Amino acid sequence: MMCGPLAAGADPNALLHKGAPAFARTDFQGRHVNLKAMRGHVVLLSFWATWCAPCQIEMAKFAEWRTEYGELGFEVIAVSMDDEDAAARAFVAKMKLGFPVTMGDAKLGKLYGGVLGLPLTFLIDREGRVAAVFKGEADLTSMESALKKLLNEPVRYSRY
Amino acid sequence: MCLGVIFAMGGDGMMNRREFVTLATSAAVLGPVSDARQSWGQFSPGEVRPAGASTIPEGDLIQPEALNAMLHGAGGEKPVMLQVGSRVFFAQAHIPGSQYAGPGSQEPGIALLESAVKPLAKTKPIVLYCGCCPWSRCPNVGPAYRRMKELGFTRVKVMYSAGNFGDDWVNKGYATEHG
Repeated sequence: MMCGPLAAGADPNALLHKGAPAFARTDFQGRHVNLKAMRGHVVLLSFWATWCAPCQIEMAKFAEWRTEYGELGFEVIAVSMDDEDAAARAFVAKMKLGFPVTMGDAKLGKLYGGVLGLPLTFLIDREGRVAAVFKGEADLTSMESALKKLLNEPVRYSRY
Repeated sequence: MCLGVIFAMGGDGMMNRREFVTLATSAAVLGPVSDARQSWGQFSPGEVRPAGASTIPEGDLIQPEALNAMLHGAGGEKPVMLQVGSRVFFAQAHIPGSQYAGPGSQEPGIALLESAVKPLAKTKPIVLYCGCCPWSRCPNVGPAYRRMKELGFTRVKVMYSAGNFGDDWVNKGYATEHG
């Protein structure tokens, strides 16, 4: 046991306007998911869990957006913070979401400022920077507006 | 859709509020929650009978600042602290000295809670907490509290976490452990 604050700001909001921490995982379909490889796309990174009611509503909406905006360079990565993967896999199999879903853990949670409440969603711009953070039940209309704004932004030279 | 709680604190920081107002609780809010809960039943094996956080009596709620003061104050019997939410969250941050005993929404979690409190006297002060989600959405504290009362524990409190553990405890600078 270690005492003291979480590392790196102890708050997901501390990542705002900074490079989204890199990570790579294997999704439920066995595919390699690498955030850095999505540079050039607008990425919605969702931390969720099957026990989180608002998360389930959001996941369905994210699937709609992926379908609608995918051709504009929009990607979604969903990270389940369930303690075990069985329920998350069952949910994903049922929902047919159309985007990669992987398991998270405390290490990834700490990397993103401490995932200590759900839902938690990051919008990452095409240059890999965290453009917006949505904590708790988000206004999905506002989230979609922010997403569309990022999709319309021109790609600049990436420093990340 | 929004749900908010406004309350006035008593001098001891406990939920002996003079006024309690619940904002904008509507069927539109409860509907999606109910639908989501129904869908949870399909995807969450071993889910216990749901009990919302609002089923916990106000007198058995304790605010984070009051709990922090209690834990660090001189004298007084310190409560046993049990986190009844997510193990992944517990590993990231928890109240020092607390034990993981969840999730309260799942049968294995309730079994873990029962195991944790089995050696304890029924009059032992105990504080349950979670902070996984906004209070009205927490699926864990209600069932955990209910089980504790069913087991006959008489001094059980639940830490009220309006938003989440990160905002309501960690980011207020209260002591945390991780691991």
